Order: sequence, then structure tokens, then C-alpha cells
Amino acid sequence: MAIRNYILVCGGTGCESSHSDEIYQNLLAEAEAQGVGDEVQVVKTGCFGFCEQGPIVKILPEDSFYVQVKPQDAKELISEHIIKGRQVERLLYNIDTLKQKTAKVDDIEFYKKQYRIVLRNCGFIDPENIDEYIARSGYEALEKVLFDMSPDDVIAELKIAGLRGRGGAGFPTWMKWNFTKMQQNEIKYVACNADEGDPGAYMDRSTLEGDPHTVIEGMTICGKTIGAHQGFIYIRAEYPLAIHRLEVAMAQAREYGLLGKDILGSGFDFDIEIRLGAGAFVCGEETALLQSIEGHRGTPQPRPPFPAVKGLWQKPTCLNNVETWANVPVIITRGGAWFNKIGTKDSPGTKVFALTGKVKNSGLVEVPMGTTLREIIYDIGGGIIGGKKFKAVQTGGPSGGMISAENLDTPIDFGGLSAIGSMMGSGSMIVMNEDDCIVDVAKFYLNFSVDESCGKCAPCRIGGRSLLNILEKFTSGNGTHEDIDKIKAISHAMQVGSLCALGQTAPNPLLSSLKWYADEYEAHIVDKKCPAGKCKKLITYVIDPDKCIGCTACARKCPVGAISGEVKKKHTIDASICIKCGACMASCKFDAISVH
Amino acid sequence: MAKMTLADLRALRDAKKVDIKKRATEGKEGRVIIGMGTCGIASGAKVVLDEFLTQLDKYGITNISVTQTGCMGLCSVEPTIEVIVPDMPDIIYGNVDKATVETIVKEHIIGNKLVNDHIIDRPASDIMSDDGDK
Ligand SMILES: Cc1cc2nc3c(=O)[nH]c(=O)nc-3n(C[C@H](O)[C@H](O)[C@H](O)COP(=O)(O)O)c2cc1C
Ligand code: SF4
Ligand code: SF4
Repeated sequence: MAIRNYILVCGGTGCESSHSDEIYQNLLAEAEAQGVGDEVQVVKTGCFGFCEQGPIVKILPEDSFYVQVKPQDAKELISEHIIKGRQVERLLYNIDTLKQKTAKVDDIEFYKKQYRIVLRNCGFIDPENIDEYIARSGYEALEKVLFDMSPDDVIAELKIAGLRGRGGAGFPTWMKWNFTKMQQNEIKYVACNADEGDPGAYMDRSTLEGDPHTVIEGMTICGKTIGAHQGFIYIRAEYPLAIHRLEVAMAQAREYGLLGKDILGSGFDFDIEIRLGAGAFVCGEETALLQSIEGHRGTPQPRPPFPAVKGLWQKPTCLNNVETWANVPVIITRGGAWFNKIGTKDSPGTKVFALTGKVKNSGLVEVPMGTTLREIIYDIGGGIIGGKKFKAVQTGGPSGGMISAENLDTPIDFGGLSAIGSMMGSGSMIVMNEDDCIVDVAKFYLNFSVDESCGKCAPCRIGGRSLLNILEKFTSGNGTHEDIDKIKAISHAMQVGSLCALGQTAPNPLLSSLKWYADEYEAHIVDKKCPAGKCKKLITYVIDPDKCIGCTACARKCPVGAISGEVKKKHTIDASICIKCGACMASCKFDAISVH
Repeated sequence: MAKMTLADLRALRDAKKVDIKKRATEGKEGRVIIGMGTCGIASGAKVVLDEFLTQLDKYGITNISVTQTGCMGLCSVEPTIEVIVPDMPDIIYGNVDKATVETIVKEHIIGNKLVNDHIIDRPASDIMSDDGDK
């Protein structure tokens, strides 16, 4: 007898702890008992990432999604679903509650909060085979733009769509294209920002690796619209696979006549060159990036003039981010009105996030704008690793802010994130739990900005360093309340006086954390303690005499011989020798060592 | 192929559309798709790809193609692969290593049974699917 149904039981840790194994065993036994043992296969799967509703059972091919299943439900699932072919309504996930939330996107599957526009082909097509891209409506948008639409039609469509730049600032894309188009100049350029320098970000890299043609098509459409014949992709040399896939894709597009002279016989010429960056974060800033493409040192320039007016070699240049480009072909084929219905009024469409840090399912996530942080972290990300407590999430990289638990239900879009003191940025999302020290994290981001500052202007160069010095004081127990006032004054000077957004936004992680985690700063300043046990100068390791059995494991592990004690006698740590490496704590099997 | 005209491109797309849709319909030829983004490769996707070719050879299976794709977005369970064979639901497996490959070939591809503990749910709905135009 052939198998006709597959029953998938979630075997992730969350569901496992709520008896999914018992459910699995019961389903096996019931299938046998009810005589369909050879017609169904029961399998345990990896985590479905929907732990909140677990344990989860899914039955294929119907794709029925059962939630909060109990071991005693196995009998009914077999007798009703498998034998009679009727879904067990009471266990089905309640679609109605979710429909309200996602009513704007009617074809979204209810439990899948992700919706892929930018990543539509990633993980589906072979990126090194242009035919597969073409088969998925690839270069259809370019056809339309070359033969059926005027440049003004294209800009109008982008305006209806309401697409905003995904590189961080959220500038309306149609406006940027329109400015560049309006310039009277024989020579114009199109440029793609694939510098992607924030810690924890890899959205653009993955897009280029998984679907390089969408960026090439988007740029070509822009060339036709604004009147440019040459494009540049600025990508960091640390992305060899993305570069390779782009090169393959460009070669194939040229062979097919989709790049180069007289594209598809339309008379329009357009080609693209790759320029490698050396991995400086500041080179992602648009004016610095253009300098770098020209072969100069990558330092930001005063604006205006904006690149749309005077960009590469003083010619009008339209620069967009990888993800922005990837949205363009879809908007042209599906229409601006379709796109505009997805997401929020403030920010239509989707956003790709690189979800990392202390979250169970780290990965690339594409969700409609307006999805909440809670949905991303808990429903898609599966919650915090090891059942620990959520502490903060940083969006926007070193330019963004830390977001606390109070604001987890904020719908994410450009406006929503700014309102809570962070920003969209390019889409890195780093989750922190109770083991992370907020002051230490603020120091990490500030350190990054100070390292990456180009040093051209004083507020950023000197201000950043001064802020870092103050944070050093906090983490070594020398902070005072006056320092907080200083932070505010210096930050203000940086925000208003820095030439580029690197300096203007560098204080954000610090300022946002001061606002939401004042207690933790107080603990460092007043009590000279680090509640998370991260700041080495503020912690001591101690052995609990009631728990220590004198096994000597820790004394043997300690690299500096700070632990003394005889076999089977209580051990002690000499704080004046201890270097706070934590090796002893990891070695104790009796949980006798703790941090204070 | 030489440079295309508009008509050539449309003809090619129509032809290839049929191929790519076959992946989701009955009677298709089988396919194993390996997620080969930086994350996949770093966690051993290349080894997995090679092992699939070896194992398919070993069992004399010739109607299953092995292809690569970009990141499926499931970086915490890389390497990820998708197995598409006739009369079986399309399945994504995660945390696949060399040893799992043979199990997948023997059980899933030859035996039409799913492999325990490695199935991962598809991350998102697909805007390009037939009903995506709603
Ligand atoms: C320090 C700094 C780094 C930046 N890094 C990037 C980057 O890596 N990628 C990017 O697309 N934009 C980056 N930007 C934003 C760009 O200046 C620019 O706004 C963006 O590329 C415009 O494209 P969009 O309109 O499509 O968003 C950065 C800005 C600053 C100030
Ligand atoms: S703000 Fe910082 S990075 Fe930007 S130009 Fe000034 S010194 Fe350079
Ligand atoms: S490892 Fe733990 S139990 Fe053993 S001596 Fe050290 S503190 Fe005591």
C-alpha cells in the first residue's frame, strides 16, 4: 500500500518539552491500531518556528496545520483526518484572528508571517542559470519598460508603489529617479550600493548570491528611465561568492543581449561594471562611495550638491541599495498599486532582516512592513535561546537604537522605528538576552563607529572618542552622574555638527539605551556593579562554601592559580590574582561558582 | 545563444516556465536543490552536494538532478536542501550532513518515506506561484 498521508510532528525543543514525543508515539500507535499504519508515515521534524502555538502537527498533502495538540488528540487525528478525510476543526490554527492582522496581503499563508518579494527567487532558482530567472517572469519588467512604458510612466508607477530606499534612510525612490531624470546631461550614471558594512547584516549579500539578475534588471530599468547607459555595482571584496554570481549573471545577460548594445533590439544601450570596495563602513555612505568608485579615498562630501545632480565624475547619478533595486522589477510587472497594498501606509512593501544574536532561529527574514518585532523574534525567530529572558533588540546597526521589551509590539516601518528612538537602517536585527550588558553593547557599537569614522570632521572624530572614554569609565566603575550630562552635550554636538550620517547617528545606541535601561547605567555608576556580569572590572567570582565539595576541578582550570583549597575541602578564589576569565565557573559541576 | 530579440525572450520564457512549473506538479522528474549561499557553503553544503552526486550514482539513479540555489533564509539549520520527487510533497531538510545524504537517498528518494528530524518548514509564501495574482 502506498503512503497517502504524511504526518509531521514538530520535534523542536519547544514542542519537545510540551510532549511532542508522546504525540508522535501515540500517532504511530493509533495509525497501527486503526489499520492505516502502512498508509501514513509519521515523522518528527525540525522546529517550525511557531513555538508559541506548539506542539504543532502538520498533515500533508492537505497542509493542515494543527496547533496545541495533546497526546490524547492522536486518536481523533487518525480517525477523522486520515480515515474520514475531515479536518479536525477544533485543532486547526484559528485563521480568523490572523486574517485580520494580515488582511492586506490576502495570499499570505496564515502561519507564515514571511512574504517574499525581494527574496522571491532566493532558495528557489539556480542563480547561475539565467533561464531560471527568466522563467520566473525575469526581464519581463525590462520588456515593458523598453517597449511599452515611457520614462514618466515608470516613475509614476514607482510613485504609486510608494517604494522607499532600503539602504537606511527611506528616501522615496521615485523622487530620486525623477531628480536624476530631470537633469539635462548627455552622461548620467546608475549605481548600486552593495557595501553592506553594519555588523550582523547580510541581507544584500544573500540577495546578490541568490538572485543577481533582479538587481541587474532593476538597474537597467533605471538606466532607461533616467537616460543613463552605464551602471556600477559597488560591492565589498569580502563577498567573493556574491561577486562571482554577479559576474556570471552579467556575462549571461550580455550573451542574451539583455545588457550591452541595443538591448532586445530596442536601440537602448546599457552595461554594468563591478567596483570592489575594501570594506570600510563609511564607504557605504553615498558620497564616500562615489568617491571610492572614482578611485579616490572614500570620504563623505558635503551635500548639496546631491548625487542626483552631481555624482560620479560630476555627472547626475542615481544610487540605490541592493534591496531597493530588487523591488523594482516586481513593481513594474505586478504594478505599483499591488505593491502599495502590502505593508503600511508609511512604508509599503516588505523588508528583509538578518535576524541574529540570542534568538533560536537566526536567519534571513522577509516580512511585510508593519509586522511587529515580537512576531519576528518569537514567531519567526522561535524566541530566545535557552529559555532566557529577552533584554533588547538592536535595529539599524551602529546608527540605530536599542529597543526594549515595552516596545516589542511596535509595528516596524521607517516611521515606527524612528518614533521609538531607533531606525530601520539596512536591516540587521541583533537580539540580546539577560546575559548581555547594555553598557557593554553600547560600547561595542560606539567602538565600531569610532573605528570606522573617516576622521574628516571634528564632531565625529573627537566626539566619538570622548563618548567612548566615558563608557570606559562606566564599565570600569569610575563613572559619575556628571558624565551623563556630558554624554548628552557631546551627542548633541555630533548630531548637529557631523558632516555625514555616520557621525550624526553614532550616539544613537548609547542615547537609546540610556533612555530605556537607566537602571543598568545606575548600577554601573552608583553601585559599581554589572548586573549581567559582563564588565570584568565590576565583577568578582565567588565560591559558595555550601555547594563546594572540594573536587579541585576549578583550581586545576584556573590559568593564573588564583584558586586554593585542599582536596575535599572548600576552595576559595583570591580576587587580587583572579583575571575574571570565567574558566572556573565553566568547570564546576556543582554549580558552586557564581559572579557578583 | 546569440543575442535575443523581444520575441526570442518571450519564447524562451514560455518554454522555461513550463519546465520550472513542473517542479510543483505530478509526474515531474526529481530534483535535489542545495542551498549554496555563503551560510550554506560555510556549514558544508559543498560536501553535501558532492555526496548527493556520489550516492545517486551509487544507487544508479539517473532521473534526479542536483542543482544549487541561494540562501533559503534558514541559516540556523544550514546546510538546507529541498527534495522534489514525484508522488511526494516537496520537502526542505535542514542540518544535512554527509551521513544524512545517504539516508535521504535511500528513504526519501527510493523508499518514498520522509526522513525523521531533518524536515524544516518552508519559510514563506511564494508571490510567484500560480495563485499569487489574487
Ligand atoms: C556610514 C554610512 C554607511 C552606509 N552604508 C550603506 C550600505 O552599506 N548600503 C546601503 O545601501 N546604504 C548605506 N548607507 C546609506 C547610503 O548613504 C544611501 O542612503 C543609500 O545607499 C541610498 O539608497 P536607497 O535610496 O536605495 O536607500 C550608509 C550611510 C552611511 C551614513
Ligand atoms: S561624520 Fe565622521 S565619518 Fe562622517 S565625514 Fe565626519 S568624520 Fe567622517
Ligand atoms: S569545581 Fe566547584 S566543587 Fe570543585 S572545588 Fe571548585 S568550586 Fe568546589
